[in-house]
Amino acid sequence: MKSKFIPLILIFIFLITFVIFFKGLKNSNIYIPNTKLKKEVPSFELKSFENNSIIISEKIFVDNKYYLMNIWASWCVPCKEEHKFLMKLKKDERIELIGFNYKDNFKNASSFLKDLGNPYNIIVLDKDGTASIEWGAYGVPESFLVHQNKIIKRFIGPINNKDLLEIEKIIR
Amino acid sequence: MKFIPIFLIISIILNFNLLKADEIKTENKISKNLRCLICQGQSVYDSDSEFAISLKLVIKNKIQQGLSEEQIYSFLKMKYGEWILYDPVFNRNTYFLWLLPILIFLAGGAIIIKRFYNKK
Repeated sequence: MKSKFIPLILIFIFLITFVIFFKGLKNSNIYIPNTKLKKEVPSFELKSFENNSIIISEKIFVDNKYYLMNIWASWCVPCKEEHKFLMKLKKDERIELIGFNYKDNFKNASSFLKDLGNPYNIIVLDKDGTASIEWGAYGVPESFLVHQNKIIKRFIGPINNKDLLEIEKIIR
Repeated sequence: MKFIPIFLIISIILNFNLLKADEIKTENKISKNLRCLICQGQSVYDSDSEFAISLKLVIKNKIQQGLSEEQIYSFLKMKYGEWILYDPVFNRNTYFLWLLPILIFLAGGAIIIKRFYNKK
């Protein structure tokens, strides 16, 4: 009786361990941020892209308006892809676009905007990428939809038509 | 008498260097315990991605601001979740991870002891 009991327990433990690790295999090991969490907008003090004057976050996200904070760089290829969608969004008066120019060269960034158009109401410089980390960002492009000083939606990677429709649905 | 101020200046410089060395040590320790989120299988310390470079700078700034190691970890956990830490915290989700090796060790030990006494 006793000798039968031990192998059964061992098999049972082995099975449980197997199931847990097998399920673990199917979990993605790529970082997926929690996009549902509504976080406060982190405060920042950054230089303006246009004239190097200091811009503070409290002065940007003031109204009851919607804001799309977009992290971009002229060297980032997907940023070119999403640019046409940002230009479309620019036409909507209910939303303001805030650009975070990430680790970029002023000359290249200026010609990027000159060639493709400037969708942003305000652009701030994130020269060393530390301000983007305060937002919990980890790559370019990345966008955060802000309302009433809270991040209500996060878009990882380039904004596409589907995201655009989603934004329009939220701000409606 | 002239030697006293010179000695003081030298000792201050040496202590300052030691302080700086401590900061770098802590900075490296923290970045070694952080997962680079865009380059799989690499720590922030090992990675040269734009994200890792910025993160190392953030860690450096936080240390200079006087934040402790724990405070820096909890700041990053708040921003990126527990996934960024290589050393998982003991909580509801990680009970199994932490306790299973101990349980296996105890069970193995019990079997060995039992067999040893049975033989006797």
